[in-house]
Amino acid sequence: MGVSSNGDVDLTLMDEVFGKYAQQEGALIPILQAAQATYGYLPGEVIKLIADRLGVSLGKVYGVATFYAQFYLERRGRHVLKLCDGTACHVKGTPILMTAVEEEFDIQPGETSENGELSVEIVYCLGSCALAPVAVLDGEVMGRMRQEMLVRRVKKHIGTD
Amino acid sequence: MVFMAELDARRQQAKERWEQKINADVYITVGMGTCGLAAGAGDTLAAVQEELERRNLSAVIGQVGCVGMCSYEPMLEMQAKGQPRVNYGNATGSNVPEIFAAYFDETPVRKSVVVGEMTPTITQVNGSALHSLSFVDPEDRGKIAFHQKQLRVVLSNCGLIDPESIDDYLAADGYEALAEVLAEMTPEELIEEVTQSGLRGRGGGGFPAGVKWGLARKTQRWPKYVICNADEGDPGAFMDRSVLEGDPHSAIEGMIIAGYAIGAQAGYIYCRAEYPLAIRRLEIALEQARELGLLGDNILGSDFSFDMVVKEGAGAFVCGEETALMASIQGERGQPWPRPPYPAVSGLWQQPSNVNNVKSYAYVPRIIRMGAEWFKNLGTEGSPGTAVFALTGMVNRTGLIEVPMGITMREIIYDVGGGIPMGRKFKAVQTGGPLGGCLPEEHLDTPVDFDSLRAAGAVMGSGGMIVADETTCMVEFAKYFMQFACDESCGKCPPCRIGSTRMLEILERITGGEGKLEDLDEIRRVARGMQTGSLCALGQLAPSPVMSTLRHFEDEYRAHIEEERCPAGKCRTLITYEIVAELCTGCMVCGRNCPSNAISGEKRQPHVIDAELCERCGLCTEVCKFDAIVVY
Repeated sequence: MGVSSNGDVDLTLMDEVFGKYAQQEGALIPILQAAQATYGYLPGEVIKLIADRLGVSLGKVYGVATFYAQFYLERRGRHVLKLCDGTACHVKGTPILMTAVEEEFDIQPGETSENGELSVEIVYCLGSCALAPVAVLDGEVMGRMRQEMLVRRVKKHIGTD
Repeated sequence: MVFMAELDARRQQAKERWEQKINADVYITVGMGTCGLAAGAGDTLAAVQEELERRNLSAVIGQVGCVGMCSYEPMLEMQAKGQPRVNYGNATGSNVPEIFAAYFDETPVRKSVVVGEMTPTITQVNGSALHSLSFVDPEDRGKIAFHQKQLRVVLSNCGLIDPESIDDYLAADGYEALAEVLAEMTPEELIEEVTQSGLRGRGGGGFPAGVKWGLARKTQRWPKYVICNADEGDPGAFMDRSVLEGDPHSAIEGMIIAGYAIGAQAGYIYCRAEYPLAIRRLEIALEQARELGLLGDNILGSDFSFDMVVKEGAGAFVCGEETALMASIQGERGQPWPRPPYPAVSGLWQQPSNVNNVKSYAYVPRIIRMGAEWFKNLGTEGSPGTAVFALTGMVNRTGLIEVPMGITMREIIYDVGGGIPMGRKFKAVQTGGPLGGCLPEEHLDTPVDFDSLRAAGAVMGSGGMIVADETTCMVEFAKYFMQFACDESCGKCPPCRIGSTRMLEILERITGGEGKLEDLDEIRRVARGMQTGSLCALGQLAPSPVMSTLRHFEDEYRAHIEEERCPAGKCRTLITYEIVAELCTGCMVCGRNCPSNAISGEKRQPHVIDAELCERCGLCTEVCKFDAIVVY
């Protein structure tokens, strides 16, 4: 990732992104997506750079970046747990899963644990409703989750168990 | 440039390769949609390779999209030359050896399931064929229950062909419709044919597709755009994902045909970012189509040129609304703009644009090949064709289904879906997700078509169908949808932004035991404001789940308010957990698992829950092996 441990952001990594999208109309969203793929989130310096390079206001870039759920303006945890709260998952027990996660790791959805290890997010429908309730841990989709199983797998994955 | 004759030659080769493939000594396919992969299809594939090596067999291994029986994932199909093609469910990696033994050594399966024998079906009309599949029970030779009432048209290729192979699509007569359109039809004739078929938009609106195309054709300004709405944001819906993952070329072919119809040269597929596999398969398919000259300049030697790109969404439900979707493609906040003007007149970058749902486009090649008349005769008069639903929630056989329009809800839930699990009682079925409504028991015989559902207070929606049973609290259910609408309201217009927030507050009050009877009138008043004053469908329809639950389940709302009781035992502040002393064995498991240390008791003695300490998380009921914990 293009962010060092002390938080310095390597802006030269954006050159390739701008090169790729230079000629495309309406490329702000793909550029933000590429920037987030590079840095893991959207650092303020990068947002300023994007506004400058595209010749649009900082407000416009922030406006777009804050509108869409996909974009993060803050660094996230080293591991990300997404709990699906789509309808099927909801009726099959996501709220109970949330309670278990809150109690075990002491974080609410949308937060990152104090040690920076784990972020928990609520997402709406991953389209795998037949496997409800579904959780996604660092990209791995886990279906038919139960409280105990989820906590165990998260602990094992982040290495606290 | 690739000409018609070259496409024909390629199709001939593709058909020969297809025959070779399905007549290999051993032919094995694994369902590799998102559901299959999430259930472990990757391990299955690896285990298949290992088992083949162990048995010293050579086989052709293929990947296919979803056959719709999600509850059996991962799924594997096996066929030895000249033998039946057997589909096994729950085919996890560790169950693969037993499946091989079952197929080759005729030992019984224990952990996996024989779903049925996969039988290819061919419907012939006007010299054209629709290839599809069905599953037959090996014992009684009849179609398996899940398939009896289904009719696969738009899903015909899903589970049959390899979605990453254009040759498989060609072998199933793919791109034949495009060739026919370019060689034999004027755009006007094409639009007439689509209009005649009666195809209505499958995104949920149900607007006649042919009429929409005609309007975009009439607008004399260029460039024009063809846009595919693949921003399937309804929680509980995955129809479009399955089509894109299982048969991406059919949507692409439909879009190219639409481009020819309206006179566009460029297309966009706006796909939500949460569907990475669908996006990848679309990109592969587009590249393949370009190589064959089915996209690009002078398609198949005609003077029609067309190409398209995939635009990845960034996580906003409102972008499923067509004007918000176009704003998003333009790189802006996905906020809707007022209509009229409609996209056919002024859409993307103020140019004439045609926006249709994935399934609407995917129907088109089939309609062209098989004829408008054929399509019109499927389904009902007002809603021809089939409907695709993602059947989920409290139903035995969850999955992706395609049924003829006009079938009843009861048939879908009980015949296709196999009824409610664990002998529980059906309560309601919700269609149209957060913008739809629910139907209770007494409306189960409503025919499923655009107009009947609307009359009954529900909607067709884009295809999500969620079944709720007696353990579902309808007030909480409505609150959940309002929470969703509130989160996803784009904030542009006050009726939606403020209305959804106020509505959510009222519902939270009611589920929290602090509701007043006046709140029910207040809900109705706020709903009217949202319905009449909001800019787009999100705000206009967001009150629907609340209004329909209030209409059919007012008694549940009243129980929360007047008796401070949640009849379904779901709303945390209104319920109490208690251990039934006669059933408790004193095994101590609940006590060890209770996060708030609210359970106490001696070993082998009945335990008790301290209601003060209990946080009502429900963990104890889950871990109790003796069903000794009750909720009331």
